[in-house]
Amino acid sequence: MSDANLLATEHDDFRHIVRRALQNRSFVVGLVITLTVITIALVSFVWTPYDVTKLVIADRLKPPSMTHWIGTDHFGRDIASMIMEGARNSIAVALVAVAIGILVGVPIGCWAAAKRGAIDEVLMRGSDIVFAFPALLSAVMITAIFGPGAVNAIIAIGIFNIPVFARVARGAALSIWPREFILSARASGKSDARITLEHILPNIANLLLVQGTIQFSLGILAEAGLSYVGLGAQPPNPSWGRMLSEAQTMMAIAPQMAIAPGVAIIITVLGLNLLGDGLRDVLDPKLRRDR
Amino acid sequence: MFAYVVRRLATVLTTMLAASLIVFAVLQIVPGDPARLMLGINATQDAVDNLREQLNLDDPLHVRYLTWLVDMVRGDFGNSYTYSVPVRELVAERIIVSVPLALLALTLSTIVAIPVGIFTASRHGTATDTATMAATQFGIAIPNFWFALLLVYVFAITLRWVPAGGFPGWHEGLWPALQSLLLPAIALALPQAAILSRITRSALLETLHEDYIRTARAKGLPARRVLWHHALRNAMIPVLTIMGLQFAFLLAGTIIIENVFYLPGLGRLVFQAIQQLDLIVVQSVVTLLVAAVIAVNFLVDLAYAWADPRLRSRTR
Repeated sequence: MSDANLLATEHDDFRHIVRRALQNRSFVVGLVITLTVITIALVSFVWTPYDVTKLVIADRLKPPSMTHWIGTDHFGRDIASMIMEGARNSIAVALVAVAIGILVGVPIGCWAAAKRGAIDEVLMRGSDIVFAFPALLSAVMITAIFGPGAVNAIIAIGIFNIPVFARVARGAALSIWPREFILSARASGKSDARITLEHILPNIANLLLVQGTIQFSLGILAEAGLSYVGLGAQPPNPSWGRMLSEAQTMMAIAPQMAIAPGVAIIITVLGLNLLGDGLRDVLDPKLRRDR
Repeated sequence: MFAYVVRRLATVLTTMLAASLIVFAVLQIVPGDPARLMLGINATQDAVDNLREQLNLDDPLHVRYLTWLVDMVRGDFGNSYTYSVPVRELVAERIIVSVPLALLALTLSTIVAIPVGIFTASRHGTATDTATMAATQFGIAIPNFWFALLLVYVFAITLRWVPAGGFPGWHEGLWPALQSLLLPAIALALPQAAILSRITRSALLETLHEDYIRTARAKGLPARRVLWHHALRNAMIPVLTIMGLQFAFLLAGTIIIENVFYLPGLGRLVFQAIQQLDLIVVQSVVTLLVAAVIAVNFLVDLAYAWADPRLRSRTR
């Protein structure tokens, strides 16, 4: 976009958006929670209160105290440290799964919208078929067959993000194509691919960002479910889901083992959902719904 | 309407066909000889050969796919290797747990969510509305299996009101069976109810802004009547869509909750079959579940087209 006027409005738009964002309670609360969780995950790379791979049987099943903020588990591992490291597993899996969805789904959706007709029909039917597969059941099937582990969990969750982003991208792109500035781009001889890159994508990025946040939070829940049944990250890497499955038999003697990972999941998912809601209101006031 | 049904039915059948092909193909990429996998490393070559023959593993792929598909359509889902019984019998045993569980969860979620949605919509903008919506945000964020663990801790371990897991079977009487389905159904219903009440509220708020509502108000109808007779009926369409999707999800998506409560449902059947590498069970049951999801969505679509003739003329 070389038009100076257009740049000026975009700049104003940006300042306007930031101002609106800071006034949006969902957005601010969601952003603060999400950034905190990400910071905790990053800090865990360089520092955790205790080494989570070290088993200290003498310290097992300690209740929360000054030395162990959330207590210890049945192997004497510090639960707070495990929650910190678990955060990085959850975030990594969900984030890469969203990236897979965007990198594969968005081109498919944009292609369908640009070509219409038979290609559109085939691609959208394809996404209907993926939607018919119960996501969690299929993810269990994929991880169980190709072996449990974080990488296969990412793939299993990522596959189900593809049709989601394809649909959102197609729907949004279809509403942009009939606009006048696309017509003028066409008249200047630009190819469909170039129009998509230069004009369609920047205009649908808002919606993709909102959807990305939603899929991120769903990914956190899905990863927790998969690792709860033993198909996610493998020991000794801590994951919130597996911490919950280990806690199951200890509920009566050490409830902190079950409560801590659950609360960690809830806070993370809540933060992302609030962020997504806030983003939707901030970026696209036209779409604003009273939800 | 008839033309619409035929057209939709054709798409439904193609989708089911494609889905069965995907399930079949995915299970072909499992590394190694399925017969060897099923029997374990200590099996004799003879036993492996026998099983290969029994499973028709030596036939070309397309022949195996077609044989399996034709058998499925005729109601023969193959024989489980681990249990040496027809898969159909296993499915029949499990479906009487999964379907009642899904229905119970859907009922619980609906009887909570719809009143909450209507109530908050009618108090739009008040503190009650804000507080309830904040609560539903929590409801969506809670992993249902974690909530299930808490329910077990409180109601099964501490209070001993209901069993912590397992399923006695319907022959033990209606009450014991329902008791063991109650906690899993509540755990499944919580996030569903949170989503459904938000949908109900926003659908209702949207209809309340429509012109015909203003007309109804303008002609002096009491607010209560406008809400119940005019707005609610129209707001129910998106609500029913979500309920259809949730039922389809509940049929197949309960795999983790079934594991928490050791319930012998369809999800757990697939889960165990995967672990035992009983591939024919995985293949047939997953295909059946996918077909069920497609069928439920089809029925929801038909219900709309019946309710709203405008939808019939849509191309898709």
